[in-house]
Amino acid sequence: MSVLVYTESEKGKFKKVALEVASYAKAVADNMGTTVTAITINVEDASELGHYGVDKVLKVNNAQLETFNAKAYANAIQQAAEKESVKVVVISSSADSKYLAPILAVGLQAGYASNVIEAPTSTAPFTVKRTAFTNKAFEMTEINTDIKVIGVSNNSFGLVENTGNAAAEDFSPSIPDLGVTVESVDKATDKVSIADAEIVVSAGRGMKGPENWGMIEELADVLGAATACSKPVSDLGWRPHSEHVGQTGKPVAANLYIAIGISGAIQHLAGINASKVKVVINTDPEAPFFKAADYGVVGDAFEVVPQLIEKLKTFKAQQ
Amino acid sequence: MKILVCISHVPDTTSKINFTENDTKFDTNGVQFVINPNDEFGLTRAMWFKEKQGAELTVVNVGGAETEPTLRKALAIGADTAIRVNTAATDGFSVAKELAKVVEDGGYDLVIAGRESIDYNGGMVPGMLAALTNANFVNNCISLEVDGTKAKAVREIDGGKETVSTTLPLVIGGQKGLVEESDLRIPNMRGIMMARKKPLTLLESVNAKAATTSVGFQKPAAKGAVTLVSPDNLDELISLLHNEAKVI
Repeated sequence: MSVLVYTESEKGKFKKVALEVASYAKAVADNMGTTVTAITINVEDASELGHYGVDKVLKVNNAQLETFNAKAYANAIQQAAEKESVKVVVISSSADSKYLAPILAVGLQAGYASNVIEAPTSTAPFTVKRTAFTNKAFEMTEINTDIKVIGVSNNSFGLVENTGNAAAEDFSPSIPDLGVTVESVDKATDKVSIADAEIVVSAGRGMKGPENWGMIEELADVLGAATACSKPVSDLGWRPHSEHVGQTGKPVAANLYIAIGISGAIQHLAGINASKVKVVINTDPEAPFFKAADYGVVGDAFEVVPQLIEKLKTFKAQQ
Repeated sequence: MKILVCISHVPDTTSKINFTENDTKFDTNGVQFVINPNDEFGLTRAMWFKEKQGAELTVVNVGGAETEPTLRKALAIGADTAIRVNTAATDGFSVAKELAKVVEDGGYDLVIAGRESIDYNGGMVPGMLAALTNANFVNNCISLEVDGTKAKAVREIDGGKETVSTTLPLVIGGQKGLVEESDLRIPNMRGIMMARKKPLTLLESVNAKAATTSVGFQKPAAKGAVTLVSPDNLDELISLLHNEAKVI
């Protein structure tokens, strides 16, 4: 009857979100007076999970699962849930987890709540707070089914360290016909992705052209941040669609969001509302973004950003 | 090829979001409703299949009579027929079950749904629909080609993209990138006139049970005033981010 958590990994190592969802699962388990079981896929050493509240690990090692496949992963998690007779399954809000979650929910006949930002306010009835209307509001959702699937929003719960040791056992789920085959993956391995980023540096039309993005990338480099952009910028083809932040682009729930030369249309603000601290750099003191920001600099990005880069370099060197 | 495009009827992206009845109901007062943007990219891609490959295109919505103008707009853009499942959309699981009945009865080869609606952002209907109908599923789809029963798709992943191959029947969760923004179509007068004559079929609900209930809403806490820092004193900004906000 423990809480099951799917802990994502890449190249055999846990992603940061894995530790966050483990922390979340521990909070749910404490509330329900039970333990946490994790399922890992192709992770060699899972002992780290014990430090985040996991009591037991079901280790899956299977060459067929080397590449992510939503149906196969959902099936493996479902089999783990059935083996352990769990009532709650916790996953992240990564693109992969959001891909597999609906399949898992159908398999378990479970209600699924995505974008959950807090531990359940009650477990009977099971009620969670989630973001809705693209971060313009929160929804309190009651999950009415016997089994529940919770998708935790990235950077919403944080890491909570616990003392403990996770006992590992091998688990060999049966793998279904995959249905979808990966032909190729195009991923910049040296770049921080928006989904994983704690800091996002984003720029808009105020940058005047794609040739001026060098300083945005340099600022992101100094901060270990991901780069993003406003909708007009991706529509103009200055930056790829995958960097477009907003209501029809990517939502950003970073600890720090720096917006440079972005005026702050309502659709853009909705996309970044879940970020904790917002900094705006814009020449126009009337830009709507200043109303949504925590800190602002009224100034020309072409003067402010290079100075900021130099000062941050000095600051980082002193740390 | 028979294509079904699932259309969600959502508040326009510029809408101010408010609630009524003690913060338990979305306030539709003064709100303009539109085709969910993620669905609109899918509808436009489906139109391409219709025009280039001779596909037959149906649009569907689960909802009350108030959603019909949105379905008529999809017909005006070029869909051949529309279906409205006559029940209030309560949660993603029940909507997926209602749609699964439509898919099974209609024998569709390709179902295109937006990766999520911009109102409740559940992101579950396409995947649940695929699982319920035993179809293949590609989420966050930004490119789709179909050749006979084979399909090739590109999907966005965290930090990049992935090219996959699969077969029909297929459900995709589509999004921006599936077509360019500039390819989106605005209904012209001829389309609007023709849409009036196109069939809009009303189907009764299978009374699918909801798995979740929305019990209340909250709006984000009011924001304090911005702290402005002089462009000549960026050390102060760094200090604030380090000492006060503790984010660097």
